[in-house]
Amino acid sequence: MDSQTLIAITSILTAGLTIGIGAIGPALGEGRALAEALRSIAQQPDESGTIIRTLFVGLAMVESTAIYCFVVSMILLFANPF
Amino acid sequence: MDLTDISPDEVVYDLRFFSVNATILWTWIVMVLMAAGSWLITRRLSTGPEISRWQNLLEVIVSYTRDQIRQTIGESAAPYLPFLGTLFLFIAVSNALTIVPGYVPPTASLSTAAGLAICVFVAVPGYGIVNRGLGGFLKHYVEPTPLMLPFNLIGELSRTLALAVRLFGNIMSGAKIAAILLTVAPFFFPVLFSLLGLLTGLIQAYIFAILAAVYIASGEQATPRSSES
Repeated sequence: MDSQTLIAITSILTAGLTIGIGAIGPALGEGRALAEALRSIAQQPDESGTIIRTLFVGLAMVESTAIYCFVVSMILLFANPF
Repeated sequence: MDLTDISPDEVVYDLRFFSVNATILWTWIVMVLMAAGSWLITRRLSTGPEISRWQNLLEVIVSYTRDQIRQTIGESAAPYLPFLGTLFLFIAVSNALTIVPGYVPPTASLSTAAGLAICVFVAVPGYGIVNRGLGGFLKHYVEPTPLMLPFNLIGELSRTLALAVRLFGNIMSGAKIAAILLTVAPFFFPVLFSLLGLLTGLIQAYIFAILAAVYIASGEQATPRSSES
């Protein structure tokens, strides 16, 4: 098995593991954030505009780590430097 | 742009006199579309009760953007509306045009996303120095204690990087997943994912503009007077 094949095998394996493991944490965090937002909308429906805006900004920040994992896995698959 | 292209930067159209890659081509087309469209609409503005529906559309967009900026920054939105409005409208239009066949969103390229993030990175000190003076702005880096100086600097750089990668990752992933699904399960699922891509594109435009507003607000006052937090 030459080094190119080995690199290809490792890249594919790592790409799958990266996105698989990397999507768990942000999903759990976003679910918790959403649950808290729903609870506070139920408690204070008048502030729902502010709450929803803050929720979206917070979800975007939390989503960033999942996006980083996705970008790494895409680079490994499609723009592999080796 | 086929499945192996990770970014529209590499797709090159060779015209007779010069060759241009897909990012530049579609960026210019979006710019011309937006500029020509708004010039056509604002040629005959009317202040009376009868306004054309296109002017109504523009007024709705401008007034909603102004309200959002005012609620985020906490003061009058006039100095920030051109910059943040342009950010939001450019990203929203270039993401919403994905439904046009043959179109490649220019925001799917890291170059465009990085360029927009660098604009925000430059605008934060710009607005801060104009409003607080050079000394006042530099002082906010050593608040609350000079020990926080490296963390503030690193935080500024990393949130700019995060802005760029967030936008690039979301839009590129939408295009990539739609392309992959076309080869796997054609005809129905790619349509659903294109719809999801439209939704996330508009949400990402909104988030980009709101985060830019939050960063500008935090660079201006010691504690951002925003209603979210």
